[in-house]
Amino acid sequence: MKRKIARLAVETVAVLLALAIFGVPISYVLTNAGKSSAAAAQMSIAPAANTQYLANFSSVIAQSSYMLIRAFLNSAIITIVSIAVLLGISSTAGFVLERRKGRGISWINFLVLAGLMIPPAVVPTIWVLKTIGLYKNMMGLVLVEAALAFPFSVLLYRGYMGSIPRELDEASFIDGCTGFDLFMKVIFPLMKPVSATIAIITSISVFNDFVNPLYFLPGSKNVTVQLTLYNFISTYLNKWNLLFADILLISIPPLIFFIFFNKKIVSGMVAGAVKS
Amino acid sequence: MPSLTSRLYSYKFFIPAAIVYVLFFLAPTFLSFFFSLTIWTLSDWKFTGLDNFKIFLTEPSLNIGLRNSLVYATATCALKVVIGFLLAAFLCTDLKTKGFLRSMIYFPNILSTIAVGIIFGSLMHPSHGLINTCLAAIGIKGPDWLGNPRMALFSVVLVDVWKGVGIAMTIFIAGIQAIPQHYYEALMIDGGTAFHKLRYITLPLSRSSMNSVIMLAFIGGIRSFDLIWVMTKGGPGFTSDLIASIIYKQLQGGFYGISTAGNVVLFVIVSIIAVPMYRFLTKVEVDL
Repeated sequence: MKRKIARLAVETVAVLLALAIFGVPISYVLTNAGKSSAAAAQMSIAPAANTQYLANFSSVIAQSSYMLIRAFLNSAIITIVSIAVLLGISSTAGFVLERRKGRGISWINFLVLAGLMIPPAVVPTIWVLKTIGLYKNMMGLVLVEAALAFPFSVLLYRGYMGSIPRELDEASFIDGCTGFDLFMKVIFPLMKPVSATIAIITSISVFNDFVNPLYFLPGSKNVTVQLTLYNFISTYLNKWNLLFADILLISIPPLIFFIFFNKKIVSGMVAGAVKS
Repeated sequence: MPSLTSRLYSYKFFIPAAIVYVLFFLAPTFLSFFFSLTIWTLSDWKFTGLDNFKIFLTEPSLNIGLRNSLVYATATCALKVVIGFLLAAFLCTDLKTKGFLRSMIYFPNILSTIAVGIIFGSLMHPSHGLINTCLAAIGIKGPDWLGNPRMALFSVVLVDVWKGVGIAMTIFIAGIQAIPQHYYEALMIDGGTAFHKLRYITLPLSRSSMNSVIMLAFIGGIRSFDLIWVMTKGGPGFTSDLIASIIYKQLQGGFYGISTAGNVVLFVIVSIIAVPMYRFLTKVEVDL
C-alpha cells in the first residue's frame, strides 16, 4: 500500500513537471495566437478576454500579398518531389549495396556513411547549382535535400533488404526476370514499409527545413513556409499574436503526420540510429 | 556467362543515386578543400594559400565560433545523454501515464526550429517573459537570457535540449527495452536495489543506444545553425557565434573563400573528434 502511494506521488510529480516544461510553452503559443497585439504584448499565459483567432489567421495569410499561400504551395511541392527523388535513388542503391559484396561495395558504403557525419559545404554547393543553372530554383533545392537525406535512407533500405530472402531473387531469375524486373516487380513492392517510414520522416524534416532554403533558395519568389516565418519576425516586430498564429498555421501539416504516424516516425528513427 | 550477382544486381542501379549524391554532396565537399585556399567570387578565383584559415583562426570575431561550437556541441550532447537516459529509464518502469509522457516529451521535435526559437525568444524576454515572471514570483531575479553575453549561448543550449531530448529518450527507450528481463530478475534475487538495476544493468547494457545518441547529438551540435541564428544571430556582438553562423555571415558578406574555409574547419573537427570518438565508443560496447 505504501509503495503504491509513493508510486502515485512520483507519477503525479512527473506529469506536473512535463506539463510545466513541455505543456506551458505550447499553451502559451495557443492562447497568445488568439489575442490582440496589445494583449499579446503582456506576454502572459492567461486566457484572452475575447479571442480573435480568425482575424489573426486571416491577417497572417494576407500578409505581403498572400505570401504564406505561395509558401505553402512551394513547401508542398518541394517536400513531395524531394521524397519521390529520395525514394528512387536510395531504394535502388540500398538494394544493390545489400546484395553485393566486394571492395567496390565497401568503398561505396564508406562514402555513404561519411555523408552521415560530414557537414555539407555551403558555398561549393551554391557554385555547383549555379554552374548547372539550378540556383534559386526549386528543383535545385529538391536535389540538395535528396542528396543530404540519402545516406540515412540508404541505411534503412539496406537494413530492410537483409530481411528479404535471396531465394526470391533466384526464383524470379529462373522465371526470366532481369535485374530491373526483379527490383520493380518484387523488391520495391516488398520494401513498402521502409519506403513509408522514410517518406514520413523526410516529409517532416524537409517541410520544417530552414537552413537549406535559406542557402539555396533565396529571393521572395521562392519562399518556403519556414522562410516566411523567419521573414515575419522582422515584419511583425513584437506582434507576438501574429507570429504565433503563423506558427500554428505552419505546424498543422507536421502535427497531422505526427498524430497519424507517431509509431512509424519513432520506429524509423530508432532503426536508423541503432543500425548505423 | 556473367554470374547471377552481376546480372541481377547490376552497378547500373547506382547511377541515379550517384548523380545526385556526387553532384550535390561529394563534389561540393571535395571542392571545398580547393576553394578554401582561394579568394573566390564564384566566377573567378585567386590562389592565396592558407590565408583564409589564418584569418579564420586569428580574427577574434571568427575564432570565437570555434570555441563556441565546441562548447555548444559538448553541452547539448552531455545534457541530452544524461537527461535522455534518465527519462528513458524512468519511462520504462511501470507507469500509467507512460504513453502520455513520452508523446509530450517527443512533441517539440515536430515543431520547426524557427518556431521553437521564436517561442523561446518570447518566453525568455528579460523583463516580462514568462520564465522571468515565474522566477520573480518566487523571489529570484531572472537573468537577461539572450541579451547577456555570458548567458546567451547557454540559453540557446537549453532550448536545443528542450527540443531534442525527445529523440535521445526514444533511442534510449529502444535500447532499454531490448535488455532481457532475466538480468533484472537475477539482480532482484541477489537483493539488488533500484539504483543497482540502473547502475549495473540498464546503464552498461544500453551502451549501443548511448553511442548513437552521443554521435547524433555531438555532430548535430557542431553543425548547428538555425536555432542560434533565429534566437541571437550570434550576438550580443559575436559572443554566441557558432562556426555555422560564421559560415553564413561570410557567405552573406561575399567572402566565399573564408566561408568555405569555415566549412573545412568544421570538416576537420568532425574528422578528428567524431571519428575516433565513434571508434572508442563502439569498442566499449557490450554484447547482450
